[in-house]
Amino acid sequence: MAKQMPKRSLEKVGFGVTGACVALVTLLVLALIVMVAQKGLSTFFKDGVDLVGFFTGTDWSLANIDPGTGLPQTGALPLIVTSFAVTLLSTAIALPIAIGSAIFAVEIRPDFGKKIFQPLVELLVGIPSVVFGLIGFHVIVAACKAIFGTQTGMGILPGAIVLAIMILPTVTTLSMDALRAVPDGYRQGSLALGCTRWQTIRHVVIKSAMPSLMTAVILGMTRAFGETLAVRMVIGGAEVMPLSLLSPASTITTTLTSSMAIYADGSVQKDVLWSLGLLLMGMSLIFILIIHMIGKKGAKSHGR
Amino acid sequence: MADERTATQARASGAPRSLASDGGHILRAQRGDRIATAVLTGIACFVMLIVVSMVAYILYEGLSTLLTPGFLTEPSRSNGAAGGVAYQLFDSFYLLVITLLISVPVSLGAAVFLTEYAPDGPITAIASTAIETLSSLPSIVVGMFGFLVFSVNFGWKYSIISGAVALTMFNIPILVRVIQQALEDVPQHQRDACLAMGLTRWEATVHVLIPAAMPAIVTGVVLSAGRVFGEAAALLFTSGMSSPVRLNFLTLDFSSPTCAWNIFRPGESLAVHIYKIYGEGSPEAQHIVWGTAALLMICVLLFNVLSRLAGKALAKRMTAE
Amino acid sequence: MFDYSCSRRSFLGLAGGAAAVAGLGLAGCGGSEAPAAGSADAAAGVTGEVTYDGASSFQALVEAAAEQFMNENPDCVISGSGNGSGAGLTAVSSGTVTIGNSDVFAETKLDADAAAKLVDHEVAVVGMGPIVSKNVTVDDLTLEQLKRIFGGAITNWSEVGGEDAEIVVVNRKEGSGTRATFEAAVFGDEKNTYKPAQPEQDKSGDVQTLMGSTDNAISYIDFSHFDDSKFTAIKVGGVEPASENVLDNSFPIWATEHMYCAKDADDATKAFLEYMLSDDVQGELVAEQGFIPVSKMAVVKDANGVVTEK
Repeated sequence: MAKQMPKRSLEKVGFGVTGACVALVTLLVLALIVMVAQKGLSTFFKDGVDLVGFFTGTDWSLANIDPGTGLPQTGALPLIVTSFAVTLLSTAIALPIAIGSAIFAVEIRPDFGKKIFQPLVELLVGIPSVVFGLIGFHVIVAACKAIFGTQTGMGILPGAIVLAIMILPTVTTLSMDALRAVPDGYRQGSLALGCTRWQTIRHVVIKSAMPSLMTAVILGMTRAFGETLAVRMVIGGAEVMPLSLLSPASTITTTLTSSMAIYADGSVQKDVLWSLGLLLMGMSLIFILIIHMIGKKGAKSHGR
Repeated sequence: MADERTATQARASGAPRSLASDGGHILRAQRGDRIATAVLTGIACFVMLIVVSMVAYILYEGLSTLLTPGFLTEPSRSNGAAGGVAYQLFDSFYLLVITLLISVPVSLGAAVFLTEYAPDGPITAIASTAIETLSSLPSIVVGMFGFLVFSVNFGWKYSIISGAVALTMFNIPILVRVIQQALEDVPQHQRDACLAMGLTRWEATVHVLIPAAMPAIVTGVVLSAGRVFGEAAALLFTSGMSSPVRLNFLTLDFSSPTCAWNIFRPGESLAVHIYKIYGEGSPEAQHIVWGTAALLMICVLLFNVLSRLAGKALAKRMTAE
Repeated sequence: MFDYSCSRRSFLGLAGGAAAVAGLGLAGCGGSEAPAAGSADAAAGVTGEVTYDGASSFQALVEAAAEQFMNENPDCVISGSGNGSGAGLTAVSSGTVTIGNSDVFAETKLDADAAAKLVDHEVAVVGMGPIVSKNVTVDDLTLEQLKRIFGGAITNWSEVGGEDAEIVVVNRKEGSGTRATFEAAVFGDEKNTYKPAQPEQDKSGDVQTLMGSTDNAISYIDFSHFDDSKFTAIKVGGVEPASENVLDNSFPIWATEHMYCAKDADDATKAFLEYMLSDDVQGELVAEQGFIPVSKMAVVKDANGVVTEK
């Protein structure tokens, strides 16, 4: 068939078919964004929920409808704070471990890193979040309870630990890619100047891989921010301002999972939940924006 | 005295004697190097310890259930708290196959467009940003969207196909990135050679570039299958949380709700099954939860191994020919 | 066939009647696969697909009944999920599923128009009682004490006759049918605005698991999820949490389990709902699963929570 077709139209068919694939995916994403935005914004425009109150209020109770306005309590600040706390804390835990082990696997024992370490870490990616939740509940929550002597052991800390383990493979493998991308000439140059391996790693390899390393970390944070089921099982699920790292709290995603099913479509409560979905989507867009900015800055400092 | 020790150390590590005048500096640097190496080794060991102990824990808790006769061949009973997980296992694979059937061609097309054709300009930039956005969206948001559009608006209800389309939305960005990477890794001179011989870009892509990139593509596809296999949050609202109690694998009446191959019947993957019966507090249910977790993990492990083997085998065959 | 728009009271009467007839018709059948000839058992030889979604509290009962039903009707498939009462009611009114299971009346979740399009089937009653951790010595609390504990006025077990330890209040999520039932019985018309930084669980099973591993905790759960090995069910105002005490409302915390379908539901759905109300299910299965047949109740509760003698 290919032979009967003139080359020019064959090229056009190829362009058309592959272009259609891209267009399809793009349209799907745009539809998703528009739909979530429309649903999420109707809370404020159609139902009349106070936008400022949504971001600054501390009382979240969808079942508790104010008889005066007919609106539930929709202060999402506790959820936002908890989401950020969990994300930042898990990143803080995972970051040194992930980058440290990536350096080990790329710079110190490259063969071991490629043949044994990387497949082992990639195994973690495949473990479904529900299983992380199970282990988190049985091991980490129990450990927190025993060590800190709190009543339930649930809260932000166990959530962050579970998330740290979950984002560990993402950050580690991406960091390894980033370190491998550093040209060998840089290392040889540094070693030839008499630097030790650690000096080379610290001043040359890490520095030149910095933008990609930061991208790896942000991608890890994105995953932590959006993770749902594993966090739900260990955080306790109380939609109140977190008082400590070991008191039950609730993130945006955990509130979504447990409340989404309860309320009927078209109700104010459901719209408010879509607003939370919109907030999640907005955050992942911001994370992407940051990655782009890092990429641009990195390209500039490399003179490319 | 101190000088002498430094000098010895410096000589022992092979540094020229002449540098010993600045011996303190070198000593510090070398000590730093050793400490850093030790710390990094420790961290890497810690990571491996976490992985190994997690895997061991899951196997320890789940293996005995997994090996119980009938666990893999019997359907689940009484809300998943008894029986086996045969249908969940089948549904997981069936969902996976349908997802791959949709997502592989689309991703291949999109990746080819972006690497080989893409005109520089706003449209390409928007497309690649869109794909990136899709990859970072929380699964729960995709699940909510999938429910609204496919299950309600398209009228597919809770069905295998709704779930597969939602999973496709996850899989596409991963696959596009993998395939793009694989195509970019094909040496530029192969492209140049094709074009110089008068092939169109399309012919070059189909006959030269894609075959050359095939080992990497296959590895990527199989690896992404692992993620699809374990996904739960996006399926809760799209493919439903239960399989029909009886499936008939022999019938060819695709509209029958008992037909295993009917894509418009509800289905339940292994991961959703875990989420569903995790809540059941009974010891039997807990055994099934751990057994299912072990099964899931072993499947994902197999995908990992398989992807490497397939990639290697393909690469070998291609270079040998 | 039922008159699907009949009133509650005549509906219950009809249900009882149907159950009796079905019982007669099926007494000799014993679950054999042969189609039961005649009688009210319209279910025999049913073909088609039935899907449901909704409350997780009695999903086990529905699944068990569905298993039996499908053994008798090999060409009918029943499947579904337990995403919560609100999800079930939304799904059935939007047509995503054919049956919506709910712990509460449709009127409390949907707007009046949508609720009017659905037909209610009350399949069982279930009691819900307070439960405490194994280490708690208190074994009896009055409704007033429960109200003060869950309202935040009492925070230490010593205030209700226990040891000196802080009370861990384990709630279900807002909007859960179990929580709505419990709060309606304990708080009445008052609204509970106390929101402690304490665990809130999604499902009955989660509560079971958490109560098994937490000391000094109190929660509430339906009778079918009672598990003596994990926690203790305590008395309310001196009344044992047992099904026979629910029959006459002497144990005051209970809910009716509803299965809703659309007015123009297909035959398979109608047949399955009839089966749910027939003696095959109401006779033994309901009690086996820890529920109470509606026909045994001496009282009824309406959508506003008002209890009246039948």
